[in-house]
Formats: sequence, C-alpha cells, structure tokens
Amino acid sequence: MELKFTDAEKAFRQEVRDFLAAELPESTRQHMIAGKSPTKDMVVEWQRKLNARGWAAPEWPKDHGGPGWTPAQKYIFREELQMWPAPSPLGFNINMCGPVIIEFGTEEQKKRFLPRMLNLDDWWCQGFSEPGAGSDLAGLKTKAVREGDGWVINGQKTWTTLAQHADWIFVLARTNPEAKKQEGISFFLVDMKTPGISVRPIITIEGGHEVNEVWFDDVKVPAENLVGEENKGWDCAKFLLGNERFGQARVGASRERIRRLKTIAKETLDNGRPLIEDPEFRRQVTEMEVELKALEMTVMRVIANETKRAGTGKPDPTTSVLKIKGTEIQQGVSELLMKAAGPYAWVDGDPEMEGSNEWEVAPDWAFGLAGIYFNWRKQSIYGGSNEIQRNIMAKAFLGL
Amino acid sequence: MDFDLNEEQSLLQDSIRRTLTDRYGFEARRGFIAGETGWSREMWAQYAELGLLGLPFSEEDGGFGGGAEEMLILAEQMGRSITLEPWFSTLVLGGGFLRHGADARLRGELVPGIASGETLLAFAQQERQSRYDLHDVQTTAKRDGSGWAITGRKGMVLHGDTADHFVVTARTGGGQRDRQGVGVFLVPKSEASSVKGFRQVDGSRAAEVAFENARASHCLSEDGMDLVDRVVDEAIAALAAEAVGAMDVVHAMTLDYMKTRTQFGRPIGTFQALQHKAADMLVAIEQSRSMAYFAAMASRGENAEERRRDMHAVKVQVGRASRLVGQHSIQLHGGIAMTMEYAAGHYFKRLTVNEATFGDTDHHLRALSDAGGLVQAA
Repeated sequence: MELKFTDAEKAFRQEVRDFLAAELPESTRQHMIAGKSPTKDMVVEWQRKLNARGWAAPEWPKDHGGPGWTPAQKYIFREELQMWPAPSPLGFNINMCGPVIIEFGTEEQKKRFLPRMLNLDDWWCQGFSEPGAGSDLAGLKTKAVREGDGWVINGQKTWTTLAQHADWIFVLARTNPEAKKQEGISFFLVDMKTPGISVRPIITIEGGHEVNEVWFDDVKVPAENLVGEENKGWDCAKFLLGNERFGQARVGASRERIRRLKTIAKETLDNGRPLIEDPEFRRQVTEMEVELKALEMTVMRVIANETKRAGTGKPDPTTSVLKIKGTEIQQGVSELLMKAAGPYAWVDGDPEMEGSNEWEVAPDWAFGLAGIYFNWRKQSIYGGSNEIQRNIMAKAFLGL
Repeated sequence: MDFDLNEEQSLLQDSIRRTLTDRYGFEARRGFIAGETGWSREMWAQYAELGLLGLPFSEEDGGFGGGAEEMLILAEQMGRSITLEPWFSTLVLGGGFLRHGADARLRGELVPGIASGETLLAFAQQERQSRYDLHDVQTTAKRDGSGWAITGRKGMVLHGDTADHFVVTARTGGGQRDRQGVGVFLVPKSEASSVKGFRQVDGSRAAEVAFENARASHCLSEDGMDLVDRVVDEAIAALAAEAVGAMDVVHAMTLDYMKTRTQFGRPIGTFQALQHKAADMLVAIEQSRSMAYFAAMASRGENAEERRRDMHAVKVQVGRASRLVGQHSIQLHGGIAMTMEYAAGHYFKRLTVNEATFGDTDHHLRALSDAGGLVQAA
C-alpha cells in the first residue's frame, strides 16, 4: 500500500493535459462548459484523435488496442477528460459492447468490429430495455428465431440512447421461451441499416431528443452476429452492466460542474450579497464536495480491483457504490446549479440544441440549467435503478 | 498509487488481527473495562512485543519507521476490536508531538520507553469553554527561571489517568481565542496537582487534570498551533481508519443477525426495506474506507491550509457514515442491540465518540465550508 501519486503518475497527468490543450477544439470545450452534450461530429472527431494517439480505449487490453495503462493512469485519464471538459471515449463502443466482444466474442468478431469501434467508424447503441422490461430486464420479450443459418428478430426496444446516430445496435433477445427467463436470452450484433428496423424519437421532459424506441420487424441477422453461446446472453449482459456502472461515477465531470457552480455563486447576488457567502447554500455545496472526494478514491479502488479481478468473472459490489453515489452527486449538483441561477434557470432551452440564447433572455451561464436538472433525474433510474443497485448489493454481496 | 498491502504490511495486519481475534473477544473486553486501569496492561505488553508501540517512530529514535499506511493498518485493526488501550493517546497524539515537535535528544529519551510499553502519554487540550477549538486556551504558561510553569485545568484528557507525561497546550501570549501564543509543553505526571480519572461512554478512560504552577519538563513550541494542527490532522486520519474497522465489524454483525433472526416465518434479511438499509451501510462504509485512504495520503501534506481542508472533509464524510452505520445497526437488530450484553451497542458508542473526537461533523462541515471547500472556483 502506497497512498500517493508517483512522479510518473503526475507526469502522465500533465501529458494528458497537454494533449487536451493541443488537440481538443476550443469550440467543443466551450460547448461542453455550457452544459450541453457534445454533438455527434464533436464526439467522432475527438474519438479519432484519441485513437490516433492510442488512447481510444483506456481499459482495453493492449493486444486489442488498449494503451496498457496502470489503474492510476486509467483513472487520471478519465478524470482529466471530464474536468477539461472533453467528450469521453464513446461508452457504447468502448465500455459496453467492446469489452463484451473481447470477453465473449469470436476471433472473427474481434477483427471485424473492434478496430471500427476504436475509430468510431461505427457508432453503437444499446438494445436492452423494453416497455415491459425495465428493472426486470430479464423479463424481455423481443424474440430471435432461427431461420436458415441466421436469426430473425421481432420486438421493441426502448430508452435507446442516441439510436438516431447509431450504425449498429447490440441486442438482447429471447431465443428460448421455454427456459427460465435468464437462461433463454442471447446477445446479438445488428446492423441498423437492416430492413425492418425503425427508430422513433422519445422526447424527454426537458425537451431533448436523446432516447428512442427501436422497433424490430422481421429483422434478419446472420448467424455470425451472435456473441457468445446461444442462450448465454445474460452473462454478457451482467458483465456489461458492471462495466456500465463504473462509467457512471463521472467524478471529473462533477468536479467541473462544482467549479462552475462556485463561479456562478460568486457572481450571483442573493439578499444583496454574493450567493456563495450564504452559509446555508455554501454548506450544501461543501457536502457535495466531500462525498465527491470519497468517491474519487472509491473509483481508484474499483479500477485497481478491476485489473486484479480481470478474468475471474466476479462482479465487484463497489461498482454499485459508484452508481449510487455518482448519480446522487451529479443530481445534487444539477439541483444546486439550478438553484443558483434562480428564475433565469427557467428559460426553456433545449440542451441538445445549440446556442438558442440569441435573444439574451437569460445570462448565458444560467441558460438551460433547469433543463439539465430535469434531464439528470434519469441518472438514478438508468443502468439499473439505484434501488436495483441496493438489491444487487444485498443479494450478491451481503448474502441477504 | 497502490492499494495492495505489501508483504510487510500484510504481516503487520495479520499479526494484529490474529492477536486481537484470539485475545480481544467481547467478554475479554468487558473484563478489561472492569479491571483496575480500565484496559489491559497485558495486551499493552503484547502490542509492544509485536512492535506496534514503536511503529510510528523512526528507526534512529528506536522505532520501526512506519508511515501513514502502517498507522492506517494499525488503527483499522484496533477499531475492529474497539480496543481500550492507549494506542491513540500514546502513539498517535503523544507520538505525533514527539515526532514533529521534539528534538532528537528528547525523542531518544522517550521513544524507547514508549516502544517497550513502559511510557504512556496523553494530550491535555480540552477546556470547559473551548469545545472543539484547539486554539481556545485559558491555561497559562509563565516563564519560571529557565523553564515554564503551567497553570490551568484540562478536561476529557484521554487516558490522562494512566499517563506518565502530558502534552499540554498553554498560553504563552495572546488572548484566549488567538491562534498565536499557544505553547505546547511536556509535563510529567508528578507535576499535576490533581488527576481525576473516569470512564467515558465508549468504555475508554479519561481524566480531569489540574496544573498549578506545574513545571514543564520541555517546551515543544512556544507558539505551537501549527504543530498542534499537524498532529491532530494525523490523529484524524487514525480516527477515520479506526472508524472503518469498527463499522466493518458492526455491519457484519448486523448481517449475521439479519440472516438468523426470523419474524413472520422468514429471516428478517429477506425484507427489502431492511436490505436497503444494509446496502446503504455498505455504501457508507466503502466511501469511508476510501476517505480513510485519502486521509492517510492527505495527512502528509506540507501545505497546512490544504491539509486542514482535506481533514475537515474526512471528518465530515466518516462522521456521517459512522452515525448512519451505528444507528442502522441498532435499528436493524431491534431490541437485542439495546442491551449491554450485546456487542453492537458498544460499537455504536465507540463510533459516536469517534465522530466527535477533535470536532464533530457539523464543526468540520462549517469549517470546510468557511474555508472555501475543496474545489476552487474557475
């Protein structure tokens, strides 16, 4: 045990900062500082720059295109990107589908899909949730039936994030309706251009278009697009969801938002004085900072553990801690940001649309903050709701 | 950054754990509390034999050269068994003042005796009016020939009734609440005019100590608040690790009970409302473990302002977690944990005292908030 950053780790942090300063377009950075999600073009451009540098997939093993970093380096890299802020490597490709293919895929699948994932030649999306299968994901009804040497998929997926950008979708479908529900599911890779797939937008409460319904109507999928064994897709799903939670901590992003919050609270007057001088408000901010500090260390521990557990297939209960605490902090900070903006938070700006504050009806910094608050309520619901996380901990780790 | 114990650290952890598991069961602990000193001299000798009492001191001074990581291991294990011996007052507090405030000669004089288990120290700082403000000091230090004469009354002096030497804060100048002019002195037990020992709610011993023109044997600093802060910051790191150890054990105890206690024809651990409370305890404990690691790291910091802010954060997070874990463990057990015969309540009491030692959560939250928090505005 040695609880400090080494000189090499400090030097690496500087290397990442230098790379960000040199390579990330300032327009992307400013767009993100304003609290907006990066556009598709911004994400693609950045992912390719990361790939050119060999940094596209921090957690992947070296022989599949990962940089071969230590746990501390992985942590530092993500933290610096989020704090800059810069787009993170595309989660669907790098932290969801990619690792599943590396773990469960065939050599053919690895060769065919992984390089294109790294370079974001293909944008992937996640076909898991269904109208009747949310927290009870294993209750999904989308069916895949064998036909010739391939499969035919019918059904409906929902909450499919950024399906409107996607070239490919990874899909959980029922292949054995007779088996116990977790044991009759398989994991498929499906080209979004296949006839029979239709995407319908879902507009969320703040007015943004992030999520979609994806319909499958006799969609033909070649046999070689099944990942892992038939009816063993639940193993892939569990593996993937564990990795997903790890990405939900977003410590650097929260730190960047708190920094912004404090800047705003210095400039905003409350009762004639800067808001930051109000002890009650300031304490609420401090509480977030404290939990975030602990979470920072928890993330480092999980990453270190991840490396040790590689290949054991055992889930780390601490990933649920990351999900719960990470989302609580992000939601808490979004609420404080909205509070700080006061009435000017209420302009109905669409965080997905660019620069709609042309009339200057609100200060730029306040624009759209209520929208972000509303939108971020999703965080404690998606990726296994925070209550499901507690169930997982109780069952898998506490033995209850 | 490396979270894995190396071979020596594993040995250290194992040896403490084995010793405490064998000899520090709940019944043994009750016996120690009821004994003459309120803790076990035999166990203290055992710690000395294991090398624990020399752990924080450098080898030149007669110690074993352990760092923040080793002290974290020690404190966590002590927390697991909620031990009563004066490791915190002698090694962490007294030892801290020696390491950071004493010259080589004085260290050479005292460290071997500490390491062998013969010499005990206590930190006398609390006064009736001072609450959690270490700089709020009425006790005076007056020049007396070549030395200093200390006059004043110190309360809640942890292990003050068995200490051989007191580390005492006393005013050399300035007003009662000034940071400047707080001296730090070493005063032998024989110079105290009265020592009234008593038991605290968590089973540990403390004393009210009065000094009347007591002659200090050494002045560690005439203007010593920086020294006090440094030592207390290390103490906060140790308290955090101790709390993690105690929380871990009381959580495990709670889980065991939830699996065996049946009501409505099934183990109470099958009820989701209770499961979620147990899961929240786990979240709090894991966050605290992270914070204890952070505390060990931050307690080394040379920038005093930054280090203070970091330690405030540690106290806030671990304090809240301690309260949540302590209270939930009682609630999830039900009535049984309300009894003196059951261990959970004793962990709860220790965690409660730990939370408020050197400032409770509210105190540190306010201090951190007033100091501008951890994240700087852009």
